[in-house]
Amino acid sequence: MSTATHDASEPVFRGDTLKRLQEILARYPTKAAALLPALWLVQQARGWIAPETMVEVAGLLGLTPAHVQGVVTFYTMYHQHPVGRHFVQICTTSPCNICGAEDVVKAFLEQTGARELGATSPDGTWTITEVECLGACGFATPVLIDDELVENVTPERVAALVRKYS
Amino acid sequence: MGYPHTPHPRETLVLSKHFGEPEARTYRGWVKRGGYEGLKRALAMPPAAVVDEVKNSGLRGRGGAGFPTGLKWSFMPKERTKPHYLCVNADESEPGTFKDREIIRWTPHALLEGTLIAMHAIQADTAYIYIRGEFAEPQAILEQALAEARAAGVLGRFQIHVHRGAGAYICGEETALMNSLEGKRGVPRIKPPFPAAQGVFGMPTTINNVETLAAVPPIIVNGAKWYQAMCLSSPKSVGTKLFSVCGHVQKPGVYEVTLGFPLKDLIFELAGGMRSGRTLKACIPGGSSVPMLDRDESERCIMDYEGCATLGTMLGSGGVIVFDDSADMVYQVMRLARFYAHESCAQCTQCREGTAWTTRILERMLAGQGKPDDLDLLLDLSENMTGKTICVLSDSCAAPVVSAIKKFRGEFEAYLAGRSALVA
Repeated sequence: MSTATHDASEPVFRGDTLKRLQEILARYPTKAAALLPALWLVQQARGWIAPETMVEVAGLLGLTPAHVQGVVTFYTMYHQHPVGRHFVQICTTSPCNICGAEDVVKAFLEQTGARELGATSPDGTWTITEVECLGACGFATPVLIDDELVENVTPERVAALVRKYS
Repeated sequence: MGYPHTPHPRETLVLSKHFGEPEARTYRGWVKRGGYEGLKRALAMPPAAVVDEVKNSGLRGRGGAGFPTGLKWSFMPKERTKPHYLCVNADESEPGTFKDREIIRWTPHALLEGTLIAMHAIQADTAYIYIRGEFAEPQAILEQALAEARAAGVLGRFQIHVHRGAGAYICGEETALMNSLEGKRGVPRIKPPFPAAQGVFGMPTTINNVETLAAVPPIIVNGAKWYQAMCLSSPKSVGTKLFSVCGHVQKPGVYEVTLGFPLKDLIFELAGGMRSGRTLKACIPGGSSVPMLDRDESERCIMDYEGCATLGTMLGSGGVIVFDDSADMVYQVMRLARFYAHESCAQCTQCREGTAWTTRILERMLAGQGKPDDLDLLLDLSENMTGKTICVLSDSCAAPVVSAIKKFRGEFEAYLAGRSALVA
């Protein structure tokens, strides 16, 4: 995932990304339906979704910028600001909670140097968040590192995981 | 429990028969295992005959509501005057539930085959598989399978697209899913109109859960009678069901048993029982939205729609969350309430305010700052959150709260009396 090295005012939808959007548009009877996929393309290209890009997406899909912002802010997986190179989501809802998920969160915060949930480590590598259920409750504690799900994470395994991705 | 997994002798493997076999993920591997035979047969039948076969099988929706699948399909217009759509609900997000994930990861073609049969039955040209955003790995496997099926010509005139969600529990609610698919905020719609009349893009739509659709091909191949015969209790609850067992058990995982299986055996025999020195305290049998059972009820509960209803709970999605005597029920109920507060779409007042208020009350109790009438307040709030909103998210927050206060009142009272948790 790239970080905020791009100028947010530069358009995202050019070349391959625009071609990809056109392919996606063909799947739906309305342009608006391509909004979630379009926002995913933005996030893959830029790492987050800047207000300027919301305006760009709105223009491409015939929506108002307010509608796009409403959607971006509704869904928790869209980042409204730059995040670390690795975005970590740790499930702490009941089934994982009773299996020690909160200790896994503590271990991630300690090992990465991210001071608190949602904050990015000083070196820009790690952003640690809690998440409400990853749908992998039988593998407590599941941790999603970017798009990779790691099962059965214990506090003891965290140091090795952090080394692996750093 | 990971895969490969040696099935327990008391499991009945229909959906999970090929879990753990990487070859089953491929088109060739699926065909080698008898895959796409159901589709072939279904396509040779008139759509209404497919609907009748599924109706006669007794299959009920496995997403949570347990609505008869064939009946749902029969609500679609018989005459196709405008486009019909199928939405596949792969937004599995109910805490305690992780069964659809395994279907998609191990047998993606079972889902695609069931999807195609359903499309034929309801005369849909297009299906959208709405998969939760966190399921990146399952989605990649599904898209690979879809590409292979397309290349093999299996799709014929049918279009299937995978649509990625972006982190919103509420999008598992069928009308919220449709709004999300249309590029809107995932807020539930008022019904009527029902999806079969006016669903996604304003067109007749059916929405089915992943597990429901995966059960369809074997029904077409083996017949409705075969499916109906898989019954351990009530004739209204037939077939197999995937139960995802998690929490305080030695072998958490997905187990497939015939409906009517005793919960006690599921926990103690299949899932390996409690950790050493621990005893069963409580169980949520159908995903976090259903009322919890105490130990005695858990030991009596029969896992089918009627058996759960007898004990005042629901089979739901089949997500079995097990708590042993180390669990602080007040804290865990607070975590569940916090989940619902976080996931409320906020359009109904009772839910937006109620879930957040419930969480705050529980938080202050845990901090030793509870007020004497807090339990009454929680129960009153819960009553006002039940049956009063557009969807059941609000009810789902109330269910664990009310049942926990009823069954573990002493733990709440201990916090109110300034003592810490009554936990072993």
